Amino acid sequence: MPDKKEKIVTVEKEWCKGCGICVAYCPKSVLALQDGKVEIVDLEACIQCGQCELRCPDYAIYLREE
Amino acid sequence: MPSELVKNYFRTQNLPHIWCPGCGNGIVTRALVKAVDSLGLDKDKVCVVSGIGCSSRAPGYLDFNTLHTTHGRALAFATGVKMANPELKVIVITGDGDSSAIGGNHLIHACRRNIDITTVVFNNNTYGMTGGQFSPTTPTGDKGTTAPYGNVDPNFDLCNLATAAGASYVARGTVFAANQLEKNIIAGIQNKGFSFIEAMSTCPTYYGRKNRKGNAVDMTTYLKENAINKVAWDKLPEEKKEGKFVIGELHSIERPEYTEQYDKLIASLRKEG
Repeated sequence: MPDKKEKIVTVEKEWCKGCGICVAYCPKSVLALQDGKVEIVDLEACIQCGQCELRCPDYAIYLREE
Repeated sequence: MPSELVKNYFRTQNLPHIWCPGCGNGIVTRALVKAVDSLGLDKDKVCVVSGIGCSSRAPGYLDFNTLHTTHGRALAFATGVKMANPELKVIVITGDGDSSAIGGNHLIHACRRNIDITTVVFNNNTYGMTGGQFSPTTPTGDKGTTAPYGNVDPNFDLCNLATAAGASYVARGTVFAANQLEKNIIAGIQNKGFSFIEAMSTCPTYYGRKNRKGNAVDMTTYLKENAINKVAWDKLPEEKKEGKFVIGELHSIERPEYTEQYDKLIASLRKEG
């Protein structure tokens, strides 16, 4: 298993348009929409699968290499 | 700060882009950039050409040699670029209307010539930029602003069209299966000849709203649930294909490439002279 701290899910809030695609496909409910933008609500649960980054149409969420 | 991929390949000063919330075009553009990154291509040896429409805004955000041309004529300009600089990797970004209606003639002849260009069609089933008119890929019966009671026209299967016209590599992907789409784009760029990749995108603002297809997530999930990979598709009885569509690599053959044939002709004439 990769070290959990290898990559960290990161949000570029100014680019988020609140479509909710990342929230819908996150398998661990790490993300939620709050006031029309994505919020990381449970960082501990993130398994760094990258499903959010893969389908974010606005490049507003990604896994940042530590 | 954006991701390394975005920093390396996008003109970040132009972001965020103009596409609507949930529009699939950003996902297709990322898959294309990821494909270029995976291949390790020199950015200065890549030229991205587009026509007009929502999809065709993409090159404005990309940090390659880029060319934003006239409606339907991306392939005509791209043919010129490739003929003048055959060492360039030429990639065309176009939409369903741009490629198959306004530029339909350019498309069939680029396929026929098998010129070494990779074309990625962002198919959102509508003319999004001008307000949601029906396009050649709007499914029969679906609505557009110019088809308020439903579209009477049978819709084009763009992949069949490209195959029949002579493209040597043809594939279809979706914005849900973005990893597979990236792999198909990689194979398309590697193919020495005309490569045609139809990327099933989403237009929640016009096509989706007009046809009660739900929001961006609903439309993306629709692509997840109704796309069937070629390997499984070929084993499926006809009645189970109803309402579904095939994705993956659909056609791949070897055929003489246009610029090589052209260079050969010039070389043979020089020898004679």
